[in-house]
Amino acid sequence: MKKNITRRNMLKTSTAAVGAVAGAGLLKGFPAIHAADAPVIRYLGTAVNMGDAVQKRLFDDTGIKVKFIVKTTDEVVKTIFTQPNSFDIVDSEYFSMPKLVPSGNLLGMDTKRIKEWDNVTSAFTKGEVAGKKIGDQGTAPKKVMYLKGSNSKEFASEPTQHVTLIPTVYNADTLGIRPDLIKRPISTWAELLNPEFKGKASILNIPSIGIMDAAMVVESMGEYKYPDKGNMTKKEIDLTMKIFTEAKKAGQFRAFWSDFNESVNLMASGEVVIQSMWSPAITAVRTKGIPCVYQPLKEGYRAWAAGFGLPATTKGRQADICYEFINWYLSGWVGAYLNRQGYYSAVIPTAKKYMESYEWDYWMLGKPATADIMSPEGKKLASKGEIRDGGSYEARMGSVECWNATMDENKYMVRKWNEMIAS
Amino acid sequence: MLPYIINNSIFNMPNLFKIKPSVGLLSLPYSLVFIFFFFIPLVLTFVISFWDYNEYSIIPDLILENYRYIFENCFSFENGMCVTFKTYLSTFMFCLITWFFTLIIGFFVAYFLAFYVNSLTWQIALFLLCTIPFWTSNVIRMISWIPLLGRNGLVNDFFLSTGLTSTPQEWLLYSGFSVVLAFVHLYTLFMIVPIFNSMMRIDKSIIEAAYDSGANGFQILWNIIIPLCKPGIVIGSIFVITVVMGDFITIGIMGGQQIPSIGKIIYVEMSYLQLPAAAANAVILLFLTLLIIWIMTKMIDIRKEL
Repeated sequence: MKKNITRRNMLKTSTAAVGAVAGAGLLKGFPAIHAADAPVIRYLGTAVNMGDAVQKRLFDDTGIKVKFIVKTTDEVVKTIFTQPNSFDIVDSEYFSMPKLVPSGNLLGMDTKRIKEWDNVTSAFTKGEVAGKKIGDQGTAPKKVMYLKGSNSKEFASEPTQHVTLIPTVYNADTLGIRPDLIKRPISTWAELLNPEFKGKASILNIPSIGIMDAAMVVESMGEYKYPDKGNMTKKEIDLTMKIFTEAKKAGQFRAFWSDFNESVNLMASGEVVIQSMWSPAITAVRTKGIPCVYQPLKEGYRAWAAGFGLPATTKGRQADICYEFINWYLSGWVGAYLNRQGYYSAVIPTAKKYMESYEWDYWMLGKPATADIMSPEGKKLASKGEIRDGGSYEARMGSVECWNATMDENKYMVRKWNEMIAS
Repeated sequence: MLPYIINNSIFNMPNLFKIKPSVGLLSLPYSLVFIFFFFIPLVLTFVISFWDYNEYSIIPDLILENYRYIFENCFSFENGMCVTFKTYLSTFMFCLITWFFTLIIGFFVAYFLAFYVNSLTWQIALFLLCTIPFWTSNVIRMISWIPLLGRNGLVNDFFLSTGLTSTPQEWLLYSGFSVVLAFVHLYTLFMIVPIFNSMMRIDKSIIEAAYDSGANGFQILWNIIIPLCKPGIVIGSIFVITVVMGDFITIGIMGGQQIPSIGKIIYVEMSYLQLPAAAANAVILLFLTLLIIWIMTKMIDIRKEL
């Protein structure tokens, strides 16, 4: 898997490459359906999981071209508010929905137009994995999935025909560790504040996600049991931040990070041995030949989920093209591509068709690799005999404890977070 | 005199144009750019700082809530200093320390370039050397400090191998020290350039005259060179102070995100769409920065000196 930054550079060159391919195609007499005006979709999102291979495959299969508008998660939300017509499709996270839906800038999407809708994983639609309920603290997708109508600004509590986002990708996040420097098993979130790692721990400085990791730690220390970590009261925010402020003052943290690459550097250099981390960052450290484990912990994972939304003004041919793109996206090839990066596809059965059985066994069933496991870009991720951190899909997604969230007391939380940084 | 030439040769020659280009007309293009891209946005920032907001929109209003929020708990010192004061205090300290070191280093580098390097080629070559810190991006700099100052870095290796310390020194990186180091490393050039410029304008015969009258090296430096370099020093100081006041990237990266900065608070508020709150913080930051510059320009009249 490529690092964020190189992938962004890749996007620029790959867009040019797609253009060149299109040009060459036209010269040779391109398929008649799309030759008239090759549709271009303006795709707003972080695009961290979209390599050039996806664009090429999309163009070969459907004749649709994608123009990426690459922004950070927070900027994506801001763009939906301030320039709702600057994009055709947006790749957003579910935890932004409580903010975005009341603005009326997003269209309620019609599930009848999604071919694979019935195959969308139950983690999204029902909050279940393999028939077992999973944690739903925070902004769990099922809470903000359904709308009362196509132009509704209100969530429906029961499944309806119209949804906020068509789910695409999700994962379960946990702490990353350097097993070679820690030299003992780690099994609980509480280890982040263990004085043993004084000056060698880190947490991310993005308040809305950092607070969730902090809550997991506080709860596992036995300090407090939150009714809902994803929607704390002011008192709970105060308590959480007090514990972290004390740890910070005692020198527990080497640094905080706010950029993907910072987390990679902190870990790879050994400045930090235990920290909040994202799946692709673990891979980036490992591809440098440095051992790094995405450690499963007994309290469970903090999950996130993303999907496609359309601007409220979408209609006619533009809508047709966007739905065609989404149907293609869920038809399996991209799903396999996402699974191979360590994420999960929203439609699992179609993704399976595009994966080799040894890949499926490693990524989804948690079995030891029977051959070297390669990233979609052809880099080696794991050797024969290794097992995926956290094991199978059911073991990982089944142990989700909470989801990335937008709290009612968001404003207060951001302020308290800033106070901790200043302490 | 450009206006004079235009007046006679172009505008009046065929007597087709009755307009006489005034200073106002000539400065119109720049004034327009200034008004549209500086003055109006600034006024908007000021106006929005009095607006209300919710999760997804800003609401026209006239409230002092955003300002009150910034200074909440700031005037009762029961629970120690409030975040705003702490943050500004830390920023002022960085300003002062960085200003001191960039001034001392910048002055003597400029002094060396102006008075000890006689060939223009060498002056240019050495000047280019001073710009090296600007050749790399923030990301590269961020990565490259770790092998030098990190726990397993070169400096700590040296300390440990020479027996100066028995454990790795952690204050070298992600600390106030590393922030100041990075600032000085980056911004000394902003001092060198204007001070060098001032020094080059000093008539060498004045120095010779002082020398002939029996002044020693220190007297020449203190009584002639420093007073004549004042405009350069003030301009350099304004550069350094304004940059450090608004910085959040260097403080963030070198301070390991554990040291507060006003820029970071504004950045976080903007990313959570709390635009009026961010605007209020920006207005206060702007006001304080302008105040510092105003005090500096009171100490010395730059226009007169130039």
